[in-house]
Amino acid sequence: MTHQIEKYFVPEPSRYPIFGSVALLLMAFGAVFWMNKVSAGPMILALGFATLVYMLFGWFGQVIRESEGGDYGKNVDVSFRWSMGWFIFSEVMFFAGFFGALFYVRVIALPDLSSLDHQQFLWGDFSAQWPIKVSPGSIVDPFTPIGAWGIPAINTLLLLTSGATLTWAHWGLINNNRGQLKLGLFLTIALGLTFLGLQILEYAHAYSELNLRLSSGIFGSTFFMLTGFHGLHVTIGATMLIVILLRVMKGHFKPDHHFAFEAVAWYWHFVDVVWLFLFVVVYWL
Amino acid sequence: MSSIAHDPAHGHGHDDHAHHPTGIMRWIATTNHKDIGTLYLWFSFIMFLSGGVMALTIRAELFQPGLQIVQPEFFNQLTTMHGLVMVFGAIMPAFVGFANWQIPLMIGAPDMAFARMNNWSFWLLPVAAILLIGSFFAPGGASAAGWTLYAPLSVQMGMGMDMLIFAVHIMGASSIMGAINIVTTILNMRAPGMTLMKMPLFCWTWLITAYLLIAVMPVLAGAVTMLLTDRHFGTSFFNAAGGGDPVLYQHVFWFFGHPEVYIMILPAFGIISQIIPTFARKPLFGYASMVYATASIAILSFIVWAHHMFTTGMPAAGQLFFMYATMLIAVPTGVKVFNWIATMWKGSLTFETPMLFAVGFIFVFTIGGFTGLICAITPIDVQIQDTYYVVAHFHYVLVAGSLFALFAGAYYWIPKWTGHMYDEGLGKLHFWCSMVFFNVTFFPMHFLGLAGMPRRIPDYAVQFTDFNAIASVGAFGFGFSQLIFLVIVLKCIKGGKKAAARVWDSADGLEWTVPSPAPYHTFETAPVVK
Repeated sequence: MTHQIEKYFVPEPSRYPIFGSVALLLMAFGAVFWMNKVSAGPMILALGFATLVYMLFGWFGQVIRESEGGDYGKNVDVSFRWSMGWFIFSEVMFFAGFFGALFYVRVIALPDLSSLDHQQFLWGDFSAQWPIKVSPGSIVDPFTPIGAWGIPAINTLLLLTSGATLTWAHWGLINNNRGQLKLGLFLTIALGLTFLGLQILEYAHAYSELNLRLSSGIFGSTFFMLTGFHGLHVTIGATMLIVILLRVMKGHFKPDHHFAFEAVAWYWHFVDVVWLFLFVVVYWL
Repeated sequence: MSSIAHDPAHGHGHDDHAHHPTGIMRWIATTNHKDIGTLYLWFSFIMFLSGGVMALTIRAELFQPGLQIVQPEFFNQLTTMHGLVMVFGAIMPAFVGFANWQIPLMIGAPDMAFARMNNWSFWLLPVAAILLIGSFFAPGGASAAGWTLYAPLSVQMGMGMDMLIFAVHIMGASSIMGAINIVTTILNMRAPGMTLMKMPLFCWTWLITAYLLIAVMPVLAGAVTMLLTDRHFGTSFFNAAGGGDPVLYQHVFWFFGHPEVYIMILPAFGIISQIIPTFARKPLFGYASMVYATASIAILSFIVWAHHMFTTGMPAAGQLFFMYATMLIAVPTGVKVFNWIATMWKGSLTFETPMLFAVGFIFVFTIGGFTGLICAITPIDVQIQDTYYVVAHFHYVLVAGSLFALFAGAYYWIPKWTGHMYDEGLGKLHFWCSMVFFNVTFFPMHFLGLAGMPRRIPDYAVQFTDFNAIASVGAFGFGFSQLIFLVIVLKCIKGGKKAAARVWDSADGLEWTVPSPAPYHTFETAPVVK
């Protein structure tokens, strides 16, 4: 139980949330129109995204000003810690849904499809294997899966190293060694962007040479959705790291007051751990 | 529970300079938990009436066999949207509205932990509502796949289905942000001296509910995302020809869906646990066991989801596991019902409207709980799956459970919110009309289901006519009874007998130490709880 000696910071009324809502409304309609071949779709989606970017800049900018202005006491800091922890838990559950789908398909659905019942009435010559190279209904062209020990292994190394450089940067921040902080952050971002670059190469390779696509049956579905959502999270994490680096350049953060840095670090380590699971169950086994 | 020492003149002397924009911008930009709570409550009431109109259209069509009013396609859209609007638009936001108003007042906090994010959590809901209701006007109409959006039907629908998918994403984001806000507020902003086990039970139930929301809303987002990519981007999650499985959708959906039903009932338990002790003039019986029972229900809710899927072809071992795990939930729920009754035992009972709804809740919700046990028994469930028996069951827990608890809470706290007493006579009328018409509507559905009438159909065999006609009459009675509630609320906002700070003579808790109506800012200096 923390004692509230100081006054808890309650912000003034703000217009940013309504901008966020309008942004999501536009993006939702834009995406729906686009998917259903209504010509205005991409425009509306772009307009919505621009509004969202404006809102994020404004809102986070205000939070940064309040933080640097000393509005956030110890109690607000504890609130941020709880909330970031719970947010990452919600992200874990999002990935759990997709991992669950993968396990269900591999352990239950495919063996069932190659069981006697289905062979008798549906697809006589289908036998379960993973990676499933020919789909039971033969609606998918043959493809080659990506092996674990090429780019994916290198990417594992990159991400693990980036976790270490980020911790090294954190030590620099705590010990007031700003040079180490900047170098560590820079290396982390560089490793993260290299990871993304290699993943783009891997996707291009899969599409152009291996004939492995999002539409390649359940293997392509789980492969691209899991690695794709992870890649999206790496992109978000790298963006947040860049913001933190820019703030460090401006002289933000003190050895005893830098939760924004820690929050991004937690997020980055979470993305790292998700990748380890991906490497083992999507690429390797 | 706890005894409270708080000087009313001390903690809230600042409301005289409550500065905020006026007019519409007050509501759009607000960071005040009371304003946002009010917004949530009005939004949910509007959605409740919208979903109600859909329900009455359904009941009008089912008044007699044959097709009279709507086409079958539109009928299916109505059943789908009625479910979604009531679950995501009416019940859930109403409880979040209560959380916004009451949790800071009950734990002695100045506001929610993240006041701006709190605003966004609310203002995402009208966006989702525009997408939901707007989907009726999309080419092909709204989704007609049922509120559960089962594949492969949901893979085949038109543009309305895509609007619905994005609406679910946005409502999920709103729920997750709201839940994180509530968890953080409760864990970090309690007044000094208020340990977790001294906290009002409403806060406890919401803490656990918020945990459930954070755990399962992302899974629902994943499920509808797979649906979206199956629809438009060629994935095969729910397509057996590509190696996927339509049953996979049901697993992912119900992993969300079963905790979801507890998300809609646990805060109701919390409200009832506040009201019964007040009107029994006795402390709550078994406070600690109530907390543990709530937590047990939450944990069990993660391992029972496949009881919604007994007819999908599951190994006998799986059926047995999910059957017994489901029946286990009756134990903590029974603890709760026992505790409420034990609280009333030998109490000095009075029956003002909140208490009437609370006692009505216990009575009718327990019937819904018993039919839930019946549905949990696999061999019986196989017979009644997708019949009106199931419809009767979940309306007994959601209408007589969640909704009655919401009414009980609204009557209990509205004097604190508006500063006026509501019209007690009209309140009692609202209760008795709701109670009688509710049972007239839904009790016959048990018989219809046992006799084999399937759900989600616009027409039926003639032997079902009598019970359907009775149910339709009851539904219209129930629907119009809710207008009494609207009148009561409007009257109460405009005026009425002045409410004292401690509205009910033996009400316990910090919210009763502030004046009525509660000032715009409360507990800017934390009270001390002994």
